[in-house]
Amino acid sequence: MSLTKADMAEMLFDELGLNKREAKEIVEHFFEEVKVALETGHQVKLSGFGNFLTRSKAERPGRNPKTGEEIPISARKVVTFRPGQKLKIRVEAYAGSEQ
Amino acid sequence: MGALFVKDQEYTPSLTKSDLIESLTRAQGHLAYKDVELAVKSLIEMMSNALSMGERIEIRGFGSFSLHFRPPRVGRNPKSGDKVELPGKYVPHFKPGKELRDRANNQK
Repeated sequence: MSLTKADMAEMLFDELGLNKREAKEIVEHFFEEVKVALETGHQVKLSGFGNFLTRSKAERPGRNPKTGEEIPISARKVVTFRPGQKLKIRVEAYAGSEQ
Repeated sequence: MGALFVKDQEYTPSLTKSDLIESLTRAQGHLAYKDVELAVKSLIEMMSNALSMGERIEIRGFGSFSLHFRPPRVGRNPKSGDKVELPGKYVPHFKPGKELRDRANNQK
């Protein structure tokens, strides 16, 4: 089971009383804003959750795993997520309850 | 978009939760700032909550969040040098989706 945009919109509808269209739009816009920020070189800081940032990776040698042929992996920008302290602590507490 | 901060002598502009709320309020038009604020806080709480119950998050075009297990290990107290048994733990992990990977790689 996993949390999806549809689940999130449904919860906004149930708990906040937004209508279904508003709830769906807010969820869409929320993730779209984060994408726009990241593609325009911003980092995104959601306190209590974590930060998203882009990092530049240099070109590095790679291999086609099937043929073994060497192909360079081009330089690129990648998105990374650094969970905040609050989220890390909550997630660790889940691990504790499993043991 | 919001504040600038210094990192490695470079300015990285950032988008904060309140920037996001303002921008969504403008885009939405008919919802008050307070309503959007509550909605954004609820979305973040839903995501934190899912992860803290061990549930995955899958957002098409954005990416997925899951937990990764870090096995138990023996660490050291950096001051005394004593060995410390560290239990295994789960940490949040994000894997960007294809659309986000492509868009971030072709930065504007």
